[in-house]
Amino acid sequence: MSIAIAMVLVVAGSILFHVLSPWRATPIASNWGFIDDTMGLTFLVTGAGFVAVILFMAYCLYRFRHVPGRRAAYEPENQKLEAWLGIVTTIAVIILLAPGLLVWGQFITVPKDAMVIEAVGVQWSWSFRLPGADNQLGSSDVRYIDTTNSMGLSPADPKGQDDLLIASSELHLPIGKPVKVLLRSIDVLHDFYVPEIRAKMDLVPGVVTYFWFTPTKIGEYEILCAAYCGTGHPQMRGKMVIESEADFETWRTAQQTFEQSRKSDASRDKRASAQ
Amino acid sequence: MTDASVPQNVAPPPAEVPDVDLYHAHSWITKYVFSQDAKVIAIQYAGTAITVGILALVLSWVIRLQLAFPGAIPFIDANVYYQSVTMHGMIMVVYMLTAIFLGGFGNYLIPLMVGARDMVFPYVNMLSYWVYLIATLVLVSSYFFPGGPTGAGWTLYPPQSILTGTPGHEYGIILMLVSLILFIVGFTMGGLNYVVTVLQARTRGMTLMRMPLTVWGIFSAAVMALLAFPGLFVACVMLLLDRTLGTSFFMPSLVELGERKDYVGGSPILFQHLFWFFGHPEVYIVALPAFGIVSDLISVHARKNIFGYRMMVWAIIAIGVLSMVVWGHHMYISGMDPWFGFFFAVTTLAIAVPTALKVYNWVLTLWHADIHFTTPMLFALGFLVTFVNGGITGLYLGNVIVDVPLSATLFVVAHFHMVMGIAPVLVIFGAIYHWYPKITGRMMDERLGKIHFWITFLGAYAIFFPMHYLGVLGMPRRFYEMGETAFVPASAATLNIVITVIALAVGFAQSIFFYNLFKSLKYGAPAGGNPWRAASLEWQTPETPPGHGNWGKHLPVVYRWPYAYSVPGAPEDYLPQNAPPVRGERSP
Repeated sequence: MSIAIAMVLVVAGSILFHVLSPWRATPIASNWGFIDDTMGLTFLVTGAGFVAVILFMAYCLYRFRHVPGRRAAYEPENQKLEAWLGIVTTIAVIILLAPGLLVWGQFITVPKDAMVIEAVGVQWSWSFRLPGADNQLGSSDVRYIDTTNSMGLSPADPKGQDDLLIASSELHLPIGKPVKVLLRSIDVLHDFYVPEIRAKMDLVPGVVTYFWFTPTKIGEYEILCAAYCGTGHPQMRGKMVIESEADFETWRTAQQTFEQSRKSDASRDKRASAQ
Repeated sequence: MTDASVPQNVAPPPAEVPDVDLYHAHSWITKYVFSQDAKVIAIQYAGTAITVGILALVLSWVIRLQLAFPGAIPFIDANVYYQSVTMHGMIMVVYMLTAIFLGGFGNYLIPLMVGARDMVFPYVNMLSYWVYLIATLVLVSSYFFPGGPTGAGWTLYPPQSILTGTPGHEYGIILMLVSLILFIVGFTMGGLNYVVTVLQARTRGMTLMRMPLTVWGIFSAAVMALLAFPGLFVACVMLLLDRTLGTSFFMPSLVELGERKDYVGGSPILFQHLFWFFGHPEVYIVALPAFGIVSDLISVHARKNIFGYRMMVWAIIAIGVLSMVVWGHHMYISGMDPWFGFFFAVTTLAIAVPTALKVYNWVLTLWHADIHFTTPMLFALGFLVTFVNGGITGLYLGNVIVDVPLSATLFVVAHFHMVMGIAPVLVIFGAIYHWYPKITGRMMDERLGKIHFWITFLGAYAIFFPMHYLGVLGMPRRFYEMGETAFVPASAATLNIVITVIALAVGFAQSIFFYNLFKSLKYGAPAGGNPWRAASLEWQTPETPPGHGNWGKHLPVVYRWPYAYSVPGAPEDYLPQNAPPVRGERSP
């Protein structure tokens, strides 16, 4: 008996919690509003199912509780009812799945005009690379990594010489332009995670992964790592700044190219050895 | 083991298989320690699983204390935190839940429920337990090695799991992998036994479609485990070689903390495929026995046949088959080919249909029933609430695009704890309250049982329901400390404190259960052979607790399904499976 009441209270409490909860998705800052919409639809469909099943159960518990003299009915099965329930459930699942797959189709189709950038993860920090004047990123390999080449760019690749290297963990992006983020790890699994843009993807050493999004809101956002990568995992942070095209250009022109960074490192080394 | 006096290859076999087929133990050691009696092995399995489960419970307090009061408890540093997370997860999933459902309930119930004298290979069955025990000891021993147990997370993803940025990379990870390999060896011996016993040793009249759903659940789970564990076995062997011999199965060329490693050409994603090829069926290896047991608890205590028995059986089989092809939903953002997303989202959401049908049938069993609110029934009902709640959040995470923002957040932690932590544990408690009288001959205390139920059910729901919302907010899992993070409001820390306080209370409340468990051994009311007036075969043994060989001189002969409750025209509201047919009866 009290279990029937408890179930009604669990349902009521859950709905109330959902309505009153101050813990909601962060304000979205990318084009992936469809993801939020699909989640909202999922909440409605599954929430209705949860409430219906639990309340029906609570009613049965109240109505058919044992009282002296009660005897249960004997009904091994009811194929019509079972088929009907199966069909309704299948329809509900299709309602959830169809929009989900459509949005996934968009998610994995990168726009042709997307600006390509690279995020590099290492225990436990982020760095970034933007293409230079040739608008192409040079090749890279972990075997090129040394103290003057922390991202492992191929020294011989002419495409890489003008690549802009951002070692400060702070990535700037222009608002309204689709970005394809190439993801590269040089040690373990990491995951580029900014809650406000909804999209995320693992960095896997040995391969280059990617995802895309369009920034839609000017502001500063924290980059976290969402794939456990050892004891420093929570400290692996970066900053993503979404700004106007003009501000972005100002920032970009201030960045050092691969070639420049090699030269300045070399001259620093020379000075160090001269002293 | 055969006896020359028993006629061989004669059909049909005699209903009275003489129990000379069994080797009766003669010494205390062979009876209670190196026992070949499935019932003793069951207690050994369950006892070990619960003991190591208590360790995992304590580890969960370490996790919760750190999340609520980061940095305030001196002995919890990042290493201890990640080691606790890893050991808690691995122990609960493999060494506790898998072991107790298959090794514990499987061993005790399969022979009794199908009318067999024992498992078909008693010696192999005994070996299974001892190898499992060694596996458990190897795992726990990692606490006593330099560096302690591995803190790689229960998924053990390379390259991180065997590199120096992860605690326990010295010995902990090696012991973990060796322990898992041993566990799989031990499980395979037990699993073969469960499968063959169900297929081979059912008594006369016990057709497959007359088996209790408990047996169907455990049987299907054992088949799945035999198919899925080899994936983990292979992954563990290869990772062990990568760690010890420097091979590169899963290790690409990489630079670790400025130092170039010799690995070349391995694939970290391959490990994830192998791990989840085991890991997802594993969820159902735990869930299917729970499904089966809960069906029987509801039916017995609602005095009504389980609704749609045939649908229930086919749903178990459909879930079992489908669950072998959904593993990729753990890897939507792993960097695998994005086209996999379509396939795995479809298969994953397809599983929702047979699963929902099972839920409907449990609930419909209550329709026009005669419901007794016993402790086992309360736990079964608690399972329904937590399972439905945890099941529907699976529809978020299975639907590939919705998973993208939620994966790796506390939403995932809340989901899997609700659906494969709390829900199965509630079933385990219900099952113990239900079968304790058969195992010991005494009843457990109903009043204490109900107090235990209310605290555990409501407490667990209050722990994990709000946690989903922290995940929706975006709080990542596996963070030793959140630190200053712009999008996380201060109220999230408050909620974490509330959750921790409830978790500690629920954890300590389990002592009520253990007190009841041990007190009732001596002071429980005598139960008699069939206190719940249940129809299935295990309640019809000549002795309670059942002796070695289960059935005395004559094996039972089965005349009907195990759900003959409130049959019209029957004198009582249940008809045991082995009671001779009543006039005009039309039971399946």
